[in-house]
Amino acid sequence: MKHVEFRTAASAQGGLVVMDGVPGVAAGSRVQLRDHAGRLRSGLVIRSADDAVLVEVFEGTDELDLERTWVRFLDEPFRLPLSRDILGRVFNGAGLPRDGRPPIVSADRRDINGEPLNPAARAYPREFIQTGISAIDGMNSLTRGQKLPIFSGSGLPHNRVAAQIVRQARLLGEASAEFVVVFAAFGASHADARFFQESFEESGVLNKVVMFLNLADEPVIERLLTPRAALTAAEYLAFDLDYHVLVVMTDMTAYAEALREVAVLRGDVPARKGYPGYLYSDLAEIYERAGRIKNRRGSITMIPVLSMPSDDITHPIPDLTGYITEGQIVLGRELANQGVYPPVTVLPSLSRLMKDGIGKNFTREDHPHVASQLFASYARALEVRGLAAIIGAEELSDTDRRALDFAEAFERRFIGQGEDEDRSIHETLNLAWDLLSMLPPESLIRVTEEELAKYHRGAA
Amino acid sequence: MGKILEINGPLVKLELPQTLIGEQVRVGRMGLVGEVIGRDGDTALAQLYEDTAGLRPGEAAEGLGWPLSVELGPGLLGAIFDGVQRPLHAVRAHSGDRIARGVSVPALSREARWRFVPEAQAGRTLAGGDVLGTVQETASIRHRILVPPLLRGELLELAPEGDYTVDETIGRVKLADGRIEKLALFHRWPVRTPRPFRERDHAVAPLITGQRILDTFYPLLKGGKAAIPGPFGAGKTMLQQQIARWCNAEIVVYVGCGERGNELTDVLEFMPQLTDPHTGRPLMERTLLVANTSNMPVVAREASVYVGITLAEYFRDQGYDVVMVADSTSRWAEALREVSGRLGQMPVEEGYPAYLGSRLAAFYERAGRVETLAGDHGSVTLIGAVSPPGGDFSEPVTSHTKEIIQTFWALSKELADARHYPAVDWLESFSGYVKSAAKWWTEEVDPQWERARAAALDLLAASEELQRIVNLVGVEALSSEQRWTLESASLLKEGLLQQAATDEIDSFASPQKQFALLAALLEIHRQGLKLVKRGVPARRLIELPLLAQARRWKSQHGSDDIEALKAKIAKIPQAFEPLLEEYVTESEGG
Repeated sequence: MKHVEFRTAASAQGGLVVMDGVPGVAAGSRVQLRDHAGRLRSGLVIRSADDAVLVEVFEGTDELDLERTWVRFLDEPFRLPLSRDILGRVFNGAGLPRDGRPPIVSADRRDINGEPLNPAARAYPREFIQTGISAIDGMNSLTRGQKLPIFSGSGLPHNRVAAQIVRQARLLGEASAEFVVVFAAFGASHADARFFQESFEESGVLNKVVMFLNLADEPVIERLLTPRAALTAAEYLAFDLDYHVLVVMTDMTAYAEALREVAVLRGDVPARKGYPGYLYSDLAEIYERAGRIKNRRGSITMIPVLSMPSDDITHPIPDLTGYITEGQIVLGRELANQGVYPPVTVLPSLSRLMKDGIGKNFTREDHPHVASQLFASYARALEVRGLAAIIGAEELSDTDRRALDFAEAFERRFIGQGEDEDRSIHETLNLAWDLLSMLPPESLIRVTEEELAKYHRGAA
Repeated sequence: MGKILEINGPLVKLELPQTLIGEQVRVGRMGLVGEVIGRDGDTALAQLYEDTAGLRPGEAAEGLGWPLSVELGPGLLGAIFDGVQRPLHAVRAHSGDRIARGVSVPALSREARWRFVPEAQAGRTLAGGDVLGTVQETASIRHRILVPPLLRGELLELAPEGDYTVDETIGRVKLADGRIEKLALFHRWPVRTPRPFRERDHAVAPLITGQRILDTFYPLLKGGKAAIPGPFGAGKTMLQQQIARWCNAEIVVYVGCGERGNELTDVLEFMPQLTDPHTGRPLMERTLLVANTSNMPVVAREASVYVGITLAEYFRDQGYDVVMVADSTSRWAEALREVSGRLGQMPVEEGYPAYLGSRLAAFYERAGRVETLAGDHGSVTLIGAVSPPGGDFSEPVTSHTKEIIQTFWALSKELADARHYPAVDWLESFSGYVKSAAKWWTEEVDPQWERARAAALDLLAASEELQRIVNLVGVEALSSEQRWTLESASLLKEGLLQQAATDEIDSFASPQKQFALLAALLEIHRQGLKLVKRGVPARRLIELPLLAQARRWKSQHGSDDIEALKAKIAKIPQAFEPLLEEYVTESEGG
């Protein structure tokens, strides 16, 4: 069937083509269309019966007629050819070269949908990754094999934060980053794509990066393939070639919107805000490809970037993402407006795997307690700040005024840091103690008395 | 033999006459399995448990003759199954790190041999649920081999003590109609049918989880129904894992329904290292896992909770107290929604089908303490996590669940953000079991339990009111007594309610420790109140080092160290004495 072309399109509308009289077509198989001008388009079989086959066309159905359109069923799913040569290359959203160099030739071509990892085969992520960013390392630590998204908003510096993580991420004790990077952009602007490209170039890692780019003006349906193609490459690098892979994907919101667009065309019943009921499962298929596997050396650590529509964390996209990923780094407008970079809003931020990757034998024995104390003290200080806004700072007790000073210093000195500032975890923890020392030791109940004696500057 | 007519996502239309609704089908060259959900003339509509990509119209399909069933027998404990009870360790050995499609591996190993000790007497008439004999499956769990529930007849012969595989014949029963039925160490049961029992019984004993906010404030009984709703990041999974680790059930069935793969890995790696505080054995010996992670096919997700509850019922029928934790029922409801959407059923609220509420209710009804067919007592306690979109408790799954359950452990984003764990909101949570639990606590721990609990809750509620005033006009507007109330409530929150899962000493607190700590903190409140009433300003009380010290007591004294804690309680009045002398002397002198 691979070499037979059919001209039996019965209807075409909104990105979908119905083919008549093509029996025995496999569900999910790839399709090539040749329109009246001889241009090729690609598509996917989404519904198959002997009398009618429904094909989704990635480039859309504009300027397509029924009479002169030829369709070839390739009888296989979307596959990505893989070899070591993908490092340093730039592909489009469907995995074809867009850097003007020849396509990857390999007998190893894999279905981009992958297969679900057996939970019994996973190895639990425990190795602390130092990003050099205090708000992350100190309070929301990243571990190797984790999926930790950046929740952001329009205009916030999420790309700069992601690029800084890529530049600085390393395991403790390693001189420099040992990662290779898979970068996927879908629905991203040309400017954003260029920013990342230049950032990789500057840090000299370009030959360790694979890029999959589907930009804002490129076919929407192709966006559904982009993260899958990128993750197929990442799995190959991690589990066949033993690399530690850092996957950066931007922007998950664009992906989900593409999914909604296609779902509406297919006539799927919408659940929340018009997104299909399977948005959760679909996102999970992507995010769950991060991780480690027992007895394999490599790993996939995932940092998806997601811009929250109207900064709303309860919007279905961040909401469902948060239920799947192992925490989130939330960027906030308020801090950004005060000139704090990176504007990490620490209270709603979270790393679920942190507890198993820090402390004695991993970072430093006081780390878990210090992190917990910073959260508690800062949460308390924010309450005081709210109060001060109402009754005025003069009315505050001495303890409360110290809390206010702490909050200010915490935001400026701990959260805030330079874009090129790479702090070791020891620097981060020492800085934390500098700040906690602004508070009376008896108010610090999340750290032990021994730790107070050892690190608190005001302790006797 | 039939054939495939159409493939549409997980739904497949088959030409397959004479199949029953609910019957299992095997479809296509890959041999994918699914179940029939509708019939129309000679066609059957089936939903498949695996991804359908690559299936073609025209490929073969066959009905298997039985509904989705699980294998019940020795070999369940310590195992991890997928949503249709495929054993994931064996699947891995068979098809590698990724789950290939069409893999068919029996749930229970056919090679493992189990030491069977017969108990029933040949010649006797046996009924369903009667005990044939036992297999010591793990050091702490003796597996009772039961007569399949619907069987009744004369036991012709029973194998002597010896080692048998699960499918070897160990006995024969002559039924009333003269047919002879063979018995083995295992039998099958359809997951969507509740297993029968003699009658429902009153739940009497609380489930002790070792978590103070749960046991002391919002108790759950063995055989009860509870829900844990919470937005993401509120610590739902952590709390459920804590319950699975520490609760005093004999068997724990943990169903990961549409959740993260790493969480199950965490359980798999962590549980074998932990010791059951009640038996001293590794926790994994009493635990079994059902995993349909979020990236596994959605139809099997819908089935996974039924597989879990059937496994739980099976151990209940052996006379055990079983806890089933379902994380998360929202993903199960979403799987229902997804399938109903594809069937074109009319959605009601947020796309959910109209039968959501009745399905949820029927599912939770499978919890309970019962008198088993054999006359024992067993229970299934059901704890369902709910993941409301955006943390909105008014959404359909949460609101339906709230109507059904008795204990509601509401998780709060605000508490979690301040890293107050477990982030159970003490104002929004409720328990309908307080009266029954009080009876147990009074007998087993302390007659003052109910009063102490109420006093603490009053204090917390009062402080909430006061906090509102503080937020408007500042703490200076409060009277000394009010400030002391506020301080005492904060002492309760930090010294009692907060309980870190990672704190080795405090991760589990025995009922005795829970009560001692509660009594201690209330004692501090009372002593302070006495002084405040005699004119000591709250400001001076708050400066007492005792308050900072008391916040650390929970981490300083383990459940086996209650006496030291009680000694500290006895010394509480002393800490207030200097202030008492200072002020009372002052006022009396001047």
